[in-house]
Amino acid sequence: MSLLICENASLGYEGRPIVQNLSFTVEEGDYLCVVGENGSGKSTLMKTILGLTPPLKGSIKTGDGLKANEIGYLPQQTPVQRDFPATVREIVRSGCQNRMGLKPFYSKEDKARAEENIRRMGLEELAGRCYRELSGGQQQRVLLARALCATGRLLLLDEPVAGLDPKVTAELYQLIADLNRKDGITIIMISHDLNAALAYASKVLHVGHHLFFGSKEAYLDSEALSGLNREVTA
Amino acid sequence: MNGIFDKLAASLEFPFVRYALIVGTLIALCSSLFGVTLVLKRFSFIGDGLSHVAFGAMAIAMILRLTNEMPLVLVLTIISAVLLLRTGQNTKIRGDAAVAMVSVGALALGYLLMNLFPTSSNLSGDVCSTLFGAFSILTLSQTEVWLSVALSLLVVGLFVFFYNKIFAVTFDENFSRATGVNAPGYNLLIAVIVAVIIVLAMNLVGSLLISALIIFPALSAMRVYKSFLSVTICAAVVSVICAVLGMLIAIVADTPVGSTIVAVNIAAFLSFALAGKLKG
Ligand SMILES: Nc1ncnc2c1ncn2[C@@H]1O[C@H](COP(=O)(O)OP(=O)(O)OP(=O)(O)O)[C@@H](O)[C@H]1O
Ligand SMILES: [Mg+2]
Repeated sequence: MSLLICENASLGYEGRPIVQNLSFTVEEGDYLCVVGENGSGKSTLMKTILGLTPPLKGSIKTGDGLKANEIGYLPQQTPVQRDFPATVREIVRSGCQNRMGLKPFYSKEDKARAEENIRRMGLEELAGRCYRELSGGQQQRVLLARALCATGRLLLLDEPVAGLDPKVTAELYQLIADLNRKDGITIIMISHDLNAALAYASKVLHVGHHLFFGSKEAYLDSEALSGLNREVTA
Repeated sequence: MNGIFDKLAASLEFPFVRYALIVGTLIALCSSLFGVTLVLKRFSFIGDGLSHVAFGAMAIAMILRLTNEMPLVLVLTIISAVLLLRTGQNTKIRGDAAVAMVSVGALALGYLLMNLFPTSSNLSGDVCSTLFGAFSILTLSQTEVWLSVALSLLVVGLFVFFYNKIFAVTFDENFSRATGVNAPGYNLLIAVIVAVIIVLAMNLVGSLLISALIIFPALSAMRVYKSFLSVTICAAVVSVICAVLGMLIAIVADTPVGSTIVAVNIAAFLSFALAGKLKG
């Protein structure tokens, strides 16, 4: 059985479809890269997978006993209110919330997990700082660390490298690849950075006028890519 | 100076004044705890709306000549909180519009009812004390005092128990929902607790000034502190100090309790704003 099964789904908002007849499956251990132009519905797809936006038609089902609290998520934009008082550490720890049930306080393991991810994202120096006073790239790393805290089996990343410097970008790709290969965590990543994304992904989903879903190798031969390439180079 | 202390000492001889101080302090404590959540999550509109609903409910309780008005007001306000939260999630009627309708409607109907079925010769006095608190904290029945104490402690307990979840849901509701946290459940919990706080706070400051009591301490704390924990603790401390000071001043200077507390809160806010500026 698959981790995610999407069958003939139409995605969109308030009855207006953006993506139609979408079908794909995600198996445990996959590294799925979602590509497509701006506005083609990639973020919408991710929100639909997460149950934040209902599909207009069809369904996206979870299988293999995947529970919502085994999912980590990095949103493309996090509309945090301007004055919100919260430190980096408080935010990263809140990623552990989904495994806590009714337990009121973070355990030693939860805290250690948060510190580990703070370290992974190179945020040690910033851990006590106020989130809203960080730079865009630093904020992105905080949200990534929070996503890693929430991840059990599946990690969804919406343009994770947007706003990161080249060094952190390279490290992040390596980290995600490690999570996928060593820890067996299934990855679904939206990216515009085709080269790097395709270096690690095992499957590709192209959203847009041409829908494509298949292995990376098949994608490299396909028409969808040539369409996108034209746009990228133009 | 001595006169002031004599007057204070004389007032504190009365048990109802001592009760009022204890209850007032507890109410100030628990109302400040949810201040950050109310300021930052768009719950503030619910807070405003509910305080008007509580006014309408109080009018009903008054014309029914209940000795203990609180239980009825509590039930009606909690029901409204749940309903408002529901409509807030419904995209057809915008949440804000629904709240505006309910709150203004409750205010109008409450005043109308009090006029149609006057319970005392001093109608405007009754209305004024419900809106601005006047002396209602001093006129609580024994049952209401114990109910207030129990509810305040319950609110504080729930806040501590759910502190980390309240933070997560307030900071980023979508992330919480997406990763399997029962965000709608916690929203409901927050709305119900806010309803309880509003009914409690109405006794202290009256329905028009409730928002001030809830929001001012949080806003003050946010001028200076940057983490959720420190803001929460600071807001609680500020709120308690302002409430105690306000009540004592009100006793000595014979001013209305509610507006005096709010005035002290405003002074605190100004000092914190200044401190925040200086700190940079
Ligand atoms: N909340 C919303 N309500 C209505 N329409 C929306 C909403 N969010 C996005 N859209 C529309 O849906 C379409 C797809 O948006 P989406 O964010 O999924 O694109 P995307 O593929 O992620 O683009 P990008 O590469 O720029 O991130 C866009 O045309 C957008 O205007
Ligand atoms: Mg997007």
